[in-house]
Amino acid sequence: MLPIIANRLLVAVPTLILVSMLIFGLQKLLPGDPVLAMAGEDQDAQVIATLRVKYHLDQPVPKQYAIWVSDVVHGNLGSSLRTDVPVRFLIAQKLPVTLQLALMAMVLAIGIGIPAGVVSAASRGGPLDHAANIAALSGMSIPNFWLGIMLIFIVSVRWHLLPSSGYVPPSEDLWLSIKTMLMPAFVLGAALGAQLMRHTRSAMLGVLRTDYIRTARAKGLLRGAVVVKHAFRNALIPIVTVLALLFGELLAGAVLTEQVFTIPGFGKLVVDAVFNRDYPVVQGVVLVTALAFIVVNLCADVLYMLLNPRLRRS
Amino acid sequence: MATPFQVRSAAIAGAPPKRTYRGLARFMRNRAAVFGALLVALVVAMALLAPWLTPYDPLQASFMTVRQAPSAAHWFGTDELGRDVLSRLLFGARASLLAGVVSVGIAVLLGVPLGLLAGYFGRLVDGVISRIADALLSIPFLILAIALSAFLGPSLVNAMAAIGISAMPRFIRLTRGQAISVKAEEYVEGARAIGLDHARIIVRYILPNVLPPIIVQGSLTVASAIIAEASLSFLGLGQLPPAPSWGSMLNTAKDFVSQAPWMSIFPGIAIFLAVLGFNLLGDGLRDALDPRES
Repeated sequence: MLPIIANRLLVAVPTLILVSMLIFGLQKLLPGDPVLAMAGEDQDAQVIATLRVKYHLDQPVPKQYAIWVSDVVHGNLGSSLRTDVPVRFLIAQKLPVTLQLALMAMVLAIGIGIPAGVVSAASRGGPLDHAANIAALSGMSIPNFWLGIMLIFIVSVRWHLLPSSGYVPPSEDLWLSIKTMLMPAFVLGAALGAQLMRHTRSAMLGVLRTDYIRTARAKGLLRGAVVVKHAFRNALIPIVTVLALLFGELLAGAVLTEQVFTIPGFGKLVVDAVFNRDYPVVQGVVLVTALAFIVVNLCADVLYMLLNPRLRRS
Repeated sequence: MATPFQVRSAAIAGAPPKRTYRGLARFMRNRAAVFGALLVALVVAMALLAPWLTPYDPLQASFMTVRQAPSAAHWFGTDELGRDVLSRLLFGARASLLAGVVSVGIAVLLGVPLGLLAGYFGRLVDGVISRIADALLSIPFLILAIALSAFLGPSLVNAMAAIGISAMPRFIRLTRGQAISVKAEEYVEGARAIGLDHARIIVRYILPNVLPPIIVQGSLTVASAIIAEASLSFLGLGQLPPAPSWGSMLNTAKDFVSQAPWMSIFPGIAIFLAVLGFNLLGDGLRDALDPRES
């Protein structure tokens, strides 16, 4: 198994290099000369020259890239153009908020999506299967920011059940923190749960068709025991990979959810940075997101091998 | 006298219409897929016939009719500037549909040739193209689209380009996988044996056989692209005001949700129905074109 993991790590290296090139290249898409924009109205030649040296813009592009990569490797993601706060501090400050939101969304999605997928597959063609399929397709088709707006209108404005926006750290008040995050987590987890349901149903249907399930049923085992003990355990293997792939969607969805519920997280950071034309912050957020996605996928590959005995033996 | 290869080619050339009819029959039997196709047709009709379906100008503000609830005069009510919500919804369908189709067009035009090259030639070509696809895939679709829109500047055209580039790696992966399996088929070996050049083999023999899953993926990606455009417009990075788009309508509406909920309800339902339509259509096409997948 170790060589396979080593191979996966080796494949991740060029991907990381290309991602870094892509993110570095983003700033080259900017129209005009960024130094002229920074120099203000006076356009003092001395100031322009100093800024060029400060941001290494007097160097050839490959050297600029090498300097940028060296900085990133040393944890220096640059500073916000607006506040001059180092980007890594901003990210470290906002990331826990988004991770809490993502974790709660993931728990809700797993808690709803996987059981719904199992029940749907076990009652294929029946009313429960149809209901679960319609719910899943609707969950995938509803834009999460609209779902958020509608829930704020119904649950917060009309029923006064949950807070409509804001964030309370769990260290301050755990119950209030969960209460505040419940609606955003549901909004973020809805599409994920829907996709998870469809993948679980598909994986379960594949397993339920196999010979060993037929044998287990022929031996007289209870239907529920066959579904849960024999089929579900094997169907779970591909679901792990799907979960890792959906992690990226969770991060992207958090951008919109945080915007709707005014949560001061990672997503709100990037949107605010976009409007303030704070490019180092945008680059930093994209880089950290990509890195997180690559690491989660690597972990999923390893977990996939650990869960699948045939791969483990090879 | 025809060579065995020509006989087989003729057989292959004759095969698609039969397969298409069988697929069409399967599609028509699938009620969900037909419903999806009807929803898509409805959105297309809304976009094309918008000027004839409403008496109001979607950009015309009227301070006499600010935030009016749905009525006989304004079926879906009016917005914060007194503009008719239904008119803006009908014209907004153009932005959504255009964004969906154009961005998927960009993704297909870039992704399919790259996927064909990677799958057909393998080795170094595959290594380079696959790593580029992996790199793009490791940045979540919407985050990449937001970053590109941020650097390119907010506009519908830039949003479409950003969504298209972000969706491209899905088509590279899909086409590459299909091309690898098709190039091992006997008729491709036959084409190679009679000395056809690579370009002709790819265009005449590989491409037609990788098209069905690309059509399915295309339909499903239009659904994602419509949501992505609405998301970018909702964030203020897509269609710029005063031009209508469903996402930008929701962006404004969120500030008036308690006073004028109709401003939020109808654009959201429009996005939901359009996306549902393309999702059902995609699922139906998959079942019709490749029953093994269903």
